[in-house]
Amino acid sequence: MTTEAGQTAQTVQALSPRRVTWLRRRDAAVRSWKSFARHRIGVAGLVVLVLFALMAVFAPLLANSNGLEVTKATGPVMGAPSSHYWLGTDESGRSVLTLLIWGSRVSLFVGLFATLISVVIGTLIGISSGHFGGRIGGLLFRLTEWFLVIPFLPLALVLASLLGASLVNIAFVIGITSWPGTALLIRSQTLSIEARPYMERARVLGAGNWHQMTRHVLPNVMPMVFANTTLTVAGAILAETTLSFLGLGDPTRVSWGTMLDSAFSNGAMSLGAWWYLIPPGVCVVLVVLSFTVVGQALEEIFNPRLRQR
Amino acid sequence: MTAAAEVGVEPLPDVPQQRARSSRRSTGLWFLVRKLFGAATSLLFMLVVNFFLFRVIPSDPVRTLARGRATTPKQVAALTKTLGLDQPLPVQFLTYLKNTATGQFGVSFQYRQSVGSLLIDRLWPTLALVGTSTILSILIGLWMGTLAAWYRGQMFDTISTTGTIVLYSMPEWWLGLILFFLFAVGFGPIPGVFPIGGLIDPGVNGSSVHGVLNMAWHLTLPVVTLTIAYLAEYALIMRSALLDEMGEDYLVTARAKGLRDVLVRRRHATRNALLPVVTLVALNLGFIVSGAITIETVFSIPGLGLLTTDALKIPDYPVLQGAFLVFSASVIVANLIAQLLYGWLDPRVRL
Repeated sequence: MTTEAGQTAQTVQALSPRRVTWLRRRDAAVRSWKSFARHRIGVAGLVVLVLFALMAVFAPLLANSNGLEVTKATGPVMGAPSSHYWLGTDESGRSVLTLLIWGSRVSLFVGLFATLISVVIGTLIGISSGHFGGRIGGLLFRLTEWFLVIPFLPLALVLASLLGASLVNIAFVIGITSWPGTALLIRSQTLSIEARPYMERARVLGAGNWHQMTRHVLPNVMPMVFANTTLTVAGAILAETTLSFLGLGDPTRVSWGTMLDSAFSNGAMSLGAWWYLIPPGVCVVLVVLSFTVVGQALEEIFNPRLRQR
Repeated sequence: MTAAAEVGVEPLPDVPQQRARSSRRSTGLWFLVRKLFGAATSLLFMLVVNFFLFRVIPSDPVRTLARGRATTPKQVAALTKTLGLDQPLPVQFLTYLKNTATGQFGVSFQYRQSVGSLLIDRLWPTLALVGTSTILSILIGLWMGTLAAWYRGQMFDTISTTGTIVLYSMPEWWLGLILFFLFAVGFGPIPGVFPIGGLIDPGVNGSSVHGVLNMAWHLTLPVVTLTIAYLAEYALIMRSALLDEMGEDYLVTARAKGLRDVLVRRRHATRNALLPVVTLVALNLGFIVSGAITIETVFSIPGLGLLTTDALKIPDYPVLQGAFLVFSASVIVANLIAQLLYGWLDPRVRL
């Protein structure tokens, strides 16, 4: 700590302000990474996530995409795991392992895309409702509260059924139904930052709303946004799985949720086809759990109040 | 209650007692009015969403309603008139408000039955399922959370916290599928003892003692699933609420008085920690109703959830609209109860 501060002090004379800011940010990032690395469960979650991400990216190398086509399937119907089909086959003779590998792409894509939508809306509304007091802020806060009481699953079901099933629509539905939580969190963070003296200084010096929000509030709420994002991804992947299970997934794509849907509707349970039921669920739990523990580790780092837990 | 209120609104020494009491009462009343108003605006917002969702998003409701069926222009015109779509939008909205208030949600495409009576028929299996599992999950979850926080870092805490976080990451319906697979179908040495779905065996009279037992037997696995799925959240929240309280000075005082550890926990720490938990529990009540959607689908229990998922397949819009209304209204009511309860328990909130 002291040496880092010393270095920064030395470089102040020699370097431009921009460079100083950059160095300070780099120091902060290194410090955050070090405290994250001390969090063993968080690191374990990160490792699992990296493995799943690699699986999704390198899906074409791991499993031939021909294995996804029902017409080209050659395996037995609901066949048990064998040396050829490590995780057995589904109702049309496709390898469950191939479906699992390709399904990771859809589940992760929808999860991340939905989170992007949700976090952008949540952060925008959260910061604006915290920054602008009075009528605009109050109205935005009310709007957030209203959306918060709409039950997520029924609204998502209705929207998905009205918009039609496609990957982008599913992500859109999850995104616009899950932002209020983020917005409330960001709003309360913004309110606490708005009360700090440097905000008053910025206002006195004539900073406009845009400058205040982007240069002072946003950098300070960013860590919380980041921690919240990881938790939102977990929720979005769960939501995608649930919507697909209820038959609202994209029928042309395989995801872990649609796999469980076809396992359920094709009677995998009464046929005793555990290889079709267990693996997709385990993948969902692993990914969601990893996002959750990484998110919690980040929250602990960025929110000192939680540090003693 | 009055003692608690005095802590919140401490009357100043020079203010006459009479005035202080009346202002205290009006604070409480004002709080009630404010919360009721908030719930009413939420309800109105939800009604607007419900109205526009089903009329504006599908570019042509009539075509959406008649999707997949051969229709003549005459039929389309008739349908437009029955739905009142030839009226201007504000008039349509008022008609919709009037129909909602009088419980007329239209007629289901699938069942050819009024949606209102359909919803009432399907309400009670959901309430039985959700009610039982909520009570069980609250009791078990709070108990687990309390012990985990009190013995933080010890084996019980490690096991229960790990278990609850894993459960929290698990879709509750997948847990249901696994339990169904193990205990209703049977796998390996485990015999399938539980019924494979439905609410009651065909031919059994639901109002007899035998019928009620039969239903309880059918509901066992779904209730166990929902209980396990929901206790995770209560355990986590109770644990963190109690951990917040454990550093407080009044616990040191209680111990210094010579109270036993169990009594310190039961009489002092747990009571204060319950404050945020109560709010969460009441808030959750509304969402649990919609959580039953997936579980009812897995165990084919003819409740509101199964009605909704069946309606999605058609899609049966009047039923979806009515069910959505019931689900959202239950959240708003639960939310209102949570806020009033919190205001009653913690007078500081009322100001």
